[in-house]
Amino acid sequence: MGNKQTVFTHEQLEAYQDCTFFTRKEIMRLFYRYQDLAPQLVPLDYTSYPDVKVPYELIGSMPELKDNPFRQRIAQVFSEDGDGHMTLDNFLDMFSVMSEMAPRDLKAYYAFKIYDFNNDDYICVWDLEQTVTKLTRGELSAEEVSLVCEKVLDEADGDHDGRLSLEDFQNMILRAPDFLSTFHIRI
Amino acid sequence: MSRSLAFVLNVPETPQDPEDSQEPSPYDESEVHDSFHQLIQEQSRWVAEEGLELQHRALGAGALGASGSDRQALLGPEGAPVYSTATLRILASMPSRTIAASTGRSRGAIISQYYSRTVRLRRRAGRPQLRDVGRSARPSLRLYDLELDPAVLEEDEKQGLLVKELQGLTVAQRDHMLRGMPLSLAEKRCLRVESRPPRGKRRARGRHGLLSCCSRLRDSCILASHNLGLVLLSGLQALMPWHYALKRIGGQFGSSVLSYFLFLKTLLAFNTLLLLPLLAFIVAVQAAFPPAPSGSAPAFRGLELLTGGGCFTHTVMYYGYYSNATLNQPCASPLDGGQCTPEAGGLPYNMPLAYLFTVGVAFFITCITLVYSMSRSFGESYRVGSTSGVHAITVFCSWDYKVTQKWASRLQHDNIRTQLKELLAEGQLRQRPRRACGRLQQGAVLGLVWLLCLGTTLVCALAVYTFSELVIQQSRVSAERDGALLALPLVVCLLNLGAPYLFRVLAVLERHDSPVLEVYVAICRNLILKVVILGILCYHWLGRRVGTLKDQCWEDFVGQELYRLMVMDFIFTLLDTLLGELVWRLISEKRSQRKGKPEFDIAGNVLELIYGQTLTWLGVLFSPLLPAMQIIKLLFLFYVKKTSLMANCQAPRRPWKASHMSTVFISLLCFPSFLGAAVFLCYAIWQVKPSSICGPFRTLDTMYEAGKVWVRHLEKAGPGVSWLPWIHRYLVESAFPIYLASALLLAVIYLNIQVVKGQRKVICLLKEQLSNEGEDKIFLINKLQRIYERKERSRVGRTEEAVMPPAVFTDDWDAQ
Repeated sequence: MGNKQTVFTHEQLEAYQDCTFFTRKEIMRLFYRYQDLAPQLVPLDYTSYPDVKVPYELIGSMPELKDNPFRQRIAQVFSEDGDGHMTLDNFLDMFSVMSEMAPRDLKAYYAFKIYDFNNDDYICVWDLEQTVTKLTRGELSAEEVSLVCEKVLDEADGDHDGRLSLEDFQNMILRAPDFLSTFHIRI
Repeated sequence: MSRSLAFVLNVPETPQDPEDSQEPSPYDESEVHDSFHQLIQEQSRWVAEEGLELQHRALGAGALGASGSDRQALLGPEGAPVYSTATLRILASMPSRTIAASTGRSRGAIISQYYSRTVRLRRRAGRPQLRDVGRSARPSLRLYDLELDPAVLEEDEKQGLLVKELQGLTVAQRDHMLRGMPLSLAEKRCLRVESRPPRGKRRARGRHGLLSCCSRLRDSCILASHNLGLVLLSGLQALMPWHYALKRIGGQFGSSVLSYFLFLKTLLAFNTLLLLPLLAFIVAVQAAFPPAPSGSAPAFRGLELLTGGGCFTHTVMYYGYYSNATLNQPCASPLDGGQCTPEAGGLPYNMPLAYLFTVGVAFFITCITLVYSMSRSFGESYRVGSTSGVHAITVFCSWDYKVTQKWASRLQHDNIRTQLKELLAEGQLRQRPRRACGRLQQGAVLGLVWLLCLGTTLVCALAVYTFSELVIQQSRVSAERDGALLALPLVVCLLNLGAPYLFRVLAVLERHDSPVLEVYVAICRNLILKVVILGILCYHWLGRRVGTLKDQCWEDFVGQELYRLMVMDFIFTLLDTLLGELVWRLISEKRSQRKGKPEFDIAGNVLELIYGQTLTWLGVLFSPLLPAMQIIKLLFLFYVKKTSLMANCQAPRRPWKASHMSTVFISLLCFPSFLGAAVFLCYAIWQVKPSSICGPFRTLDTMYEAGKVWVRHLEKAGPGVSWLPWIHRYLVESAFPIYLASALLLAVIYLNIQVVKGQRKVICLLKEQLSNEGEDKIFLINKLQRIYERKERSRVGRTEEAVMPPAVFTDDWDAQ
């Protein structure tokens, strides 16, 4: 309340507050987390919109992400050039989407992009195999993996074209009430 | 004509880069559509010329489309479709692809979609229709009456349209839209800046001045409440210092264990909601106007904390302290000597009425909040047709992103692997039907175990009943000592602790198909036990104790009993945590070298919480400060359970549907727990004669009479407030409104059931239609592919006609 912070202008903070699901305090807390990742790289003054990107290796070593098998995909999806190096905007965006208050549609959209490993706007069999392998740390046999992928396609593929489109994915997410509580990172 | 022919001959020989063909200019688009039309004409000519061959082909394509293996036929070895370049050009011009710009289906589609959504928000304020349930990112499927078709616009124009539409929304709606858009933050900020209405310029929309004034007022109200909401939210977050604790718990143990602690937090909120009106309207007022002290208060001994009696008896804690007169009343007739000195600015405060109304209103608010949160939880976790799709849900929705520790993450990997293996095994098992005698055997074992559990419950109930009768007999013979008062709560708590362990042992005998069913069955049995025991206790208090304590303050006694039960319950929960978790861990570590930590029993712990909350609700009428006791107890419990969890337990290995279980918990809180307490309260208010020496209702026949007395007083007061007695006579006392309300409720329930049935049918139909459309699409693509291949071959064949005989030509075609 009435804290004099010099990192952002009032306008910037208002903009962040309106465009993400965070309050002012949380945005400042996130900024300091971002700054802690690379203290030499990230300036303490963002009023002039510096163009600073924290490399993926540092993002991937955050305690919230380091044990997540999909951390590389998450960073790639939210980064600007798809290479995993994130600006502050990307960082805030990522945690805003993964926060509690983001609606189901938004989360489903980004989840789809995360699981779409080859970025072709469809989750094909290869993407599914990658997902299942990452989920089970490679401890399922190839036969079991392909069986699982086949069953997933049977259940979720509405138009039977052999791959999941965004609509199929969203349809499936609608039927999974746990999605909102599992696709959530607390920061 | 000549132009089309020239185009047909110009089918490119060299394979072009497929990426190029995804961005056809409008000129190309019409050419491509022309060529498609031309192809259909040529094809129909060929049909006439080579009838049989094409029929075979059509049949083959149709059969291929119908079988499930057409997926493999369609895709190449790497999973990417293998088409000729001409086919790819046509595919690229499909409506679902033209919106996908080079940035990959994101900006163009999203901006179009949100443009449509914004327009819809502005135009239609009603309920979203059924077809909006599944949000589609393909604007071409939406049937909106837009002036412009956004599909053919360039991206900048679309963005401009979106900005204009955003300007037409209120600030709150605009923010809500912006936050929900899957665009990057920088783009959202641009949109926000651009769509802000220019300052000082009125939004002239050609409407009446009054309406725009109202809308501005509404906007400012919404903005103010939005800001207030933000302030409250940040204030609440500051008040609840458990953010990091919950984060650690979620990170180490996952969402399932977290649901217990979130439920605890919910209960805290309910208790605070209950306590505030009681504090404000009953406790504070009575504390400000204390009644004349009757005799000296006994000294404080340590035992009061356990028994609730002694020096606690004549305090605001219990019902007996509250006066039955109107407080702060200016004196009607001054006594001789002018002893009556009215308070400055005093408002008369009718204590009995206030007591009755406040308890009633507090319960009513709790009821509304419970029903609202239950319906919201229900709506989120149960969907029409939500039981199918287990594999897909396991693959996509079971990784808990909250988990942050290496070993917890490894546990999750193991859990998911086990789940997938079990699902695959289950799938294979289902294909082999179980033998009849195996089923019979399992049914017999199930029945036996249920019988044993119900028998145990009956035995416990009888024990409590006999013991309570014994206590009454003892009290008749000799005056009850303080220590002896603790006997009944002790017995009840011992039974509540011991019987669930017995149920768990018995449950080992039966083997359920699904682990979730095991949890539900365990909850059911524990619930039946607790309900029966509480029922017997309620009968003991209202049925027997009222009779035996004729000349004393029975309400105080019941309040103290509930206090004792709560304290004992807390002590036993602590003991259970110590024994159940710490000692078990030590034993299992000594016995087996590997780490066999006990699992955190979520269901049992949640039932404990619900039981404690039921006790609070039962006792509110007799002890208004009981919710405060419960709040302190819950705070302690949070830290104790958290410490024990971190030190002694591991996460449950079974799949745990967190949101289903939260719904079940809240429903259990509402139905047996709150409803039972409400029934108890209603019975106590309507039917039981209050004691004649203490409390706010000491001169009345029932507590409810206080309200009737007041209504009669109002009737006498004059015609000004005559509507209130009228309401009382015709709406509260008569039975007609209840019948009407029940009939309306039944009608609403029936209508909702029919709506759900209709929705199920529509979903089936839509699924069929979707799958048919998909098959049609694949059929057409295959057909297209074959046409182009045939053209390639015919062109190649014509150039080599001189060399090759035509027989080889037809062989090639048959070999397809």
